[in-house]
Amino acid sequence: MKEHILLRHRDIPDLHRLEVYQKHGGFETFRRAVTTLKPEEVLNEVKASGLRGRGGAGFPTGVKWSFLPNNLWPHYVVANADESEPGTFKDREILESNPYQFLEGLMLASYAVQANLSYVYLRGEFWQIARHLDACIAELEAAGLLGEHLFGTDYSLRIYTHLGAGAYICGEETALLESLEGKLGQPRLRPPFPAVYGLFGKPTVINNVETLANVPPIVERGASWYRTYGTEKSPGVKIFCLSGCVNHPGNYELPLGTTFRELIFEYGGGVPAGRKVKAIMAAGASSSLIAADENALDTPMDYESVQEKLGAPLGSASVIVIDDSVNIAWLVSKTIEFFKHESCGKCTPCREGTFWMNRIAQRIEHGKSAPEDVQLLEAVASQIQNKCLCALGEFSIMAVLSGIQKFRTDFEAKVNG
Amino acid sequence: MVVKMVSLTIDGRAVAVPAGTLVVDAAKKAGIDIPVFCYHPKLDPVGMCRQCLVEIGRPLIDRATNQFILDADGKPKISFGPKLETACTTPVSEGMVVVTDSDKVVAARKDVLEFILTSHPLDCPICDKGGECPLQNLTMRYGPPVSRFLFDEKMHLAKHVPLGELIYLDRERCIQCGRCVRFQSELVDDPVIGFSQRGRALQIVTFSNPGFDSIWSGNTTDICPVGALTTADFRFGARPWEMNASASICNHCAVGCNLTYNVRREAKAGGKTVIKRVMPRQNEMVNEIWLCDKGRLAYHYMESDQRLEQPLVRKGGELVPAGWDEALNLVTEKLRSAGNRMVMLVGGRLSNEDLFNLGELTEAQGGQKLLYSYMGGGDLVSRFAPPKGSNLGELGAGSVVLVVACDLHQEAPLWWLRLKQAVKRGAKLIVASARPTRLDKFATHVVRYAYGEETRTVAAFLPVNVAGAPQVIQSAAKTLTEAEDLIVIYGSDGLYLEESTALARTCAELLLKTNHTGKVNSGLLAAWQNGNLQGGWELGFRTVPDLAERLEKAALVWVAAADPAGDDPALAKAVRRTGFLVVQELFLTETARMADVVFPVLVNAEREGSYTSGERRVQRFYPALPPKGIVPEARPDFAIPALVGEKLGIELEDHSAALVMEHIAAKFAAFAGINYQRLAEVAEQWPPVGGSDLYYGGTSYLNRQGLGVTLSDVLQGESLLNPAPIQTTQRQKPSADALPVYPIQLLYDRGTTILPSALLHERLVQPAVWVHPTTAAEHKLQSKARLIYEGEAVEVAVLLSEQTPPKVALLPRSVGLLGYWLEA
Ligand SMILES: Cc1cc2nc3c(=O)[nH]c(=O)nc-3n(C[C@H](O)[C@H](O)[C@H](O)COP(=O)(O)O)c2cc1C
Ligand code: SF4
Ligand code: SF4
Ligand code: SF4
Ligand code: FES
Repeated sequence: MKEHILLRHRDIPDLHRLEVYQKHGGFETFRRAVTTLKPEEVLNEVKASGLRGRGGAGFPTGVKWSFLPNNLWPHYVVANADESEPGTFKDREILESNPYQFLEGLMLASYAVQANLSYVYLRGEFWQIARHLDACIAELEAAGLLGEHLFGTDYSLRIYTHLGAGAYICGEETALLESLEGKLGQPRLRPPFPAVYGLFGKPTVINNVETLANVPPIVERGASWYRTYGTEKSPGVKIFCLSGCVNHPGNYELPLGTTFRELIFEYGGGVPAGRKVKAIMAAGASSSLIAADENALDTPMDYESVQEKLGAPLGSASVIVIDDSVNIAWLVSKTIEFFKHESCGKCTPCREGTFWMNRIAQRIEHGKSAPEDVQLLEAVASQIQNKCLCALGEFSIMAVLSGIQKFRTDFEAKVNG
Repeated sequence: MVVKMVSLTIDGRAVAVPAGTLVVDAAKKAGIDIPVFCYHPKLDPVGMCRQCLVEIGRPLIDRATNQFILDADGKPKISFGPKLETACTTPVSEGMVVVTDSDKVVAARKDVLEFILTSHPLDCPICDKGGECPLQNLTMRYGPPVSRFLFDEKMHLAKHVPLGELIYLDRERCIQCGRCVRFQSELVDDPVIGFSQRGRALQIVTFSNPGFDSIWSGNTTDICPVGALTTADFRFGARPWEMNASASICNHCAVGCNLTYNVRREAKAGGKTVIKRVMPRQNEMVNEIWLCDKGRLAYHYMESDQRLEQPLVRKGGELVPAGWDEALNLVTEKLRSAGNRMVMLVGGRLSNEDLFNLGELTEAQGGQKLLYSYMGGGDLVSRFAPPKGSNLGELGAGSVVLVVACDLHQEAPLWWLRLKQAVKRGAKLIVASARPTRLDKFATHVVRYAYGEETRTVAAFLPVNVAGAPQVIQSAAKTLTEAEDLIVIYGSDGLYLEESTALARTCAELLLKTNHTGKVNSGLLAAWQNGNLQGGWELGFRTVPDLAERLEKAALVWVAAADPAGDDPALAKAVRRTGFLVVQELFLTETARMADVVFPVLVNAEREGSYTSGERRVQRFYPALPPKGIVPEARPDFAIPALVGEKLGIELEDHSAALVMEHIAAKFAAFAGINYQRLAEVAEQWPPVGGSDLYYGGTSYLNRQGLGVTLSDVLQGESLLNPAPIQTTQRQKPSADALPVYPIQLLYDRGTTILPSALLHERLVQPAVWVHPTTAAEHKLQSKARLIYEGEAVEVAVLLSEQTPPKVALLPRSVGLLGYWLEA
């Protein structure tokens, strides 16, 4: 792409400095919104853009905002900066290098739902970023862009950061809220959904960092401009996190609908010499494994195509490339280990199931298993399926089931020594 | 209130339940069991264990017409989701179709159970819960016969983790259902335990000091669906099936919780039958399925080796063992000569039957029937108590409760719990107290007064006085005047007998003047210190302000189940001077030591009887231990006056408590129609507990022995308020700097029925006065001070407490101290 929309710091040096960001039009959109637009006008623009959540679920952002009831107050907006999915590192780049665009997005979202208090929840390891964001927020307050009666209007807004304590589950929005409230990070039962019963029991919007970074350009340039990127149902641009067995891993901001082939070979420089792409994980560790045949490589990366053609969710578009040097049984044992480690333990199938799968996968991985163990692993994974309280448990079996189904010989090779 | 009903089908059966009912409860009501672990009908659902998964279909609705879409047969088309749903979190909806017995559901149950068992130690053979364990029972019924999990790969965890000295956790057995955590935070507002860590490492921990600091902790062992939580009292004590169950009533406070003694014969006890544990027995009108830890753990006095074993008679200045005949003859002779110069002083631990016989003997003598209580006003409670059909468990929107001078959490724990729940259902609570209590947080109005201002504070609520009162009083007065039903509870916080009597009268007046008499769920309750003080009032015993004088003047004083000499130096002096002292007791109390004749009596677990609770509910208790068990020579309290009566030609029943009750019913109008058969009547209760339902409501015992009967009203009219307002004594301040001392009531006091339970020792209140640090500094109080009572001083420890109001000292009752003033 000629010009970046989200990773604009790659085009403009020092964009992480307030004066530079402002020189390039920064916070003009926010000022214009607060002083001249009604909250619902901001909301409607985002709705019209078709922007979908970049945290994984792809839920239409404007629609989510419109769920907040207007008879229950206060409203809160929480930015999800937990970025814990293995293979995902896009939010981090935005937060480190283009923080003001993210903050302006958060501020626009807050204005749209009339929240006067918003939070940024960051994974614990992002403590340096949190410090930096605090400094940015202080600067915005000093510049009169955050605080009471902004631009002489009735609208006031404060933003606070909060650090997690090292749990993947706290990226799940209701566990995040619990953690933000100072409680043990475990998902809540839904319904009620956060839009009605969120932070401290009040209506709350939770959006991913990247989602929010899309908001300023959308409000500035309009929904129809935004829709010139991407596909009809998945409009706009997306940051694809490319990692694994590729020559040039990294973040690539591309229109939704770009194919895997383009991403891996054109931008990522292909796999190391002499190897072949064997499998693709499109959604980090939570992926259903895609066997990388020609059809798969030519599939456009938008929310519908990947799901419909390959039966795998695009999720957060954390594309991990697996080449033919990798044994899938080994890979699967790694994902299981991860989910076993991260299961919050609230519900039985995930807590006990990931623990059990881990025992079996270790046996297979270390060549100590009986041939039935592959079936047992498959059976235990199926036994977890559709019974969990939150999506983590369901994620934990995606690579297991797809891996065994599509790459059974890799498992058999381990079992037979 | 009209409840909307919802119709649905469960396993092909048509069911109609109130809107909002959860699928799991709707099924239970229709007799269909859905296995649960984390769900408990008294707690909010969380959907954690996933054991209750069922198929749920809902009728398809035509968006345009909002009508059900019908199939060819004209029946609504039902759409089933791709996933099973948790029956415990899903409310019923019109036309819903629930399937709990399909292959899919059966398989899912098996799957979840297999998962739970992968990390369960399966040490049922040595587990306290074995035999009454939901996990065991549900596995037998729904689980897989074998596990595919390799036994050697099990995780091993600590098995004896004390969560404080009362409750132990076995971490291997915990299935992380969260019932204990939710009970503590949601139901009893003591969030002192919680989960820590995550995944398989998720574990129950306690945050408090002392550990598991809650007076409700024992209940978690009843609702824990496995043997992870056990009481230090019972763990490894016996197997459930070895024990017999016997119904009884707690007599430690006015609530009258229904309980069960589990007993067995034991080699360790030389072949005697002993009490192994106390369990709650369901009575949804009294204690639901709960007990406080005092009721559960403070029973060891019954088996104390300090119990009196035979009659004692004073000879040559010494109390020496004597035969029953000798002792009875001596007392008979003395009674004859004392005539009407006889005083009968009774305590609230006695049963109705005991009180009746003791009262009849006294009346035949023309003596005085006196009640030993720090609180007065029980005659008003008789007339103003909420009538038959009232139930604290039903209070909700429209109900108002006023609690005055009462630390309810400590004085009547179950009432505290039930009021707290009533507030959750929409009832309003007004708290008037001199110091902060655990009720304040749930109150709509908190009225603070200075100690000594109790009666004046309540009087300010009266319609004639309210104009010009402070804002909070006006607002509270409006709330209680407009209440559909109003309950007034008074306690004994800071009150001596006279003040308490005056307060009761003003509370009754408030009910009368705001038209809250004679209505269900409206009336007066007193948080008595013992289980049957209200019974004493009903049966004609009265408190008197000049007790010492009367004791001193009497030719014969007969004391039953009271220790005036131990509690009060002034009474000790009086008792010492009395003509002849007869005591019937469990222990050699201070009063018994001064007696001329002492009769040993039985505890309630050794005999039959009934108590009248603070709500005027008469409830039966049954013998749990065989006759001639712990103390072969002792007799039930009611037998002693009957045996003396026989010699005096007064006919009293000495053998059958049931017959005594018939005499009571014949004589006292409020008891008319009550007999042991009626007291034993039961009805179906919700939620189901125990037996095959213990996986549902817990191991609380099903009530098969009687829900009790509320006494009839003896109301009405303004004359109810006689006698005229009570005068209270002004006490002379001994020095300018002396602090007034006010008595307070705590649950874990040092009374004779608590001290023998060693397990509770760490939690017992210390014998000390409480003073606010600022007040202590102002009055130059060091760690010790002088406690002054009737002109005499004793040294007392001073405990600094931020919770104590300024310019007063507080003194917990039943710690062996008494005083009106404190000096440096
Ligand atoms: C186990 C789990 C982990 C998640 N982790 C993250 C995360 O790290 N960051 C994130 O933005 N969303 C994460 N999500 C998704 C959030 O629950 C939520 O859908 C998202 O923050 C909504 O924002 P969006 O609509 O802008 O995507 C996670 C979800 C699950 C189930
Ligand atoms: S699925 Fe896993 S992470 Fe989610 S609630 Fe259950 S145990 Fe916790
Ligand atoms: S200790 Fe018992 S009640 Fe508490 S979570 Fe564990 S199994 Fe459940
Ligand atoms: S609340 Fe009262 S009656 Fe109930 S168990 Fe406790 S002390 Fe006994
Ligand atoms: S999830 Fe329903 S009983 Fe536990």
